[in-house]
Amino acid sequence: MQLIPCPWCGPREEAEFHYGGQAHVAYPQDPSALSDEEWAQYVFFRENPSGPFAERWSHSAGCRRWFNAVRDTRTHDLLAVYRTDEPMPEVIS
Amino acid sequence: MTVSPLSAWTDRLAALPVNASERPFLSQLTVRASDPAAIAAMGAALGVVFPSVPCTFTTGTGSFGEVQVLWLGPDEFLVVAAPDLQIPIEEALRGALGSARGSVVDTSAQRTTVVLEGPHVRDVLAHGCSVDLHPSAAPTGTCVQTLLARTGIILLVTGADRVTLLVRSSFAEYLAAWLSDACVEYRTQ
Ligand SMILES: [Zn+2]
Repeated sequence: MQLIPCPWCGPREEAEFHYGGQAHVAYPQDPSALSDEEWAQYVFFRENPSGPFAERWSHSAGCRRWFNAVRDTRTHDLLAVYRTDEPMPEVIS
Repeated sequence: MTVSPLSAWTDRLAALPVNASERPFLSQLTVRASDPAAIAAMGAALGVVFPSVPCTFTTGTGSFGEVQVLWLGPDEFLVVAAPDLQIPIEEALRGALGSARGSVVDTSAQRTTVVLEGPHVRDVLAHGCSVDLHPSAAPTGTCVQTLLARTGIILLVTGADRVTLLVRSSFAEYLAAWLSDACVEYRTQ
């Protein structure tokens, strides 16, 4: 079983975590000004890279905190974990 | 009459090689606060220092007797004390929190408590728990929230061969049944 390093609790079994999709998707500055297409972009459209991908994870069976992780989508290696208010760190994949 | 979640399991738990016993109805309060002064004041009100290190718990004795404070998250704690103290402890904590941002909630009914004791405790738990429970990785004072046989638990290491499990009341009988099964290979008779 894959271990995911929670920034607070340390490495824990993957089954303790909940996946939250792409990180750093900013809420629209002026939501009422968005066109339908722009709303669709915000709500539904996500990156799908082959390689490092910044994602949100929640340690749902542990400390229940959300954090961000950079995961290599080709190898499932977790390259970095960081707080949700921090920018995506540089990673070497 | 109040019946504890594991009252039907008392004899079967006591017969296990891990000498399991329920400690029902403990006072439990979930505290959310991040202001260091407020956290220190709440600790002083109970005679205990709130844990600052993740995945640990602290113990202290004050006007409410022995109190444990469990680290549940960077701004979240669980205060555990003897039964029937939740109302005065809630008042004391609210008074100490003052106007600082935070919350104190009585969650005593949410979980029951099982104490396991004996040389096989860590071995038995390892059958269903992925957290490393070797004494070098989980010394006395460790407090982890994790899954034990897919059930959410809080696990406290209270001694070399002694562990306390907090489990949601509705999952307690499932956990007791799993424990009985996991203990089979450690039976001596
Ligand atoms: Zn965690």
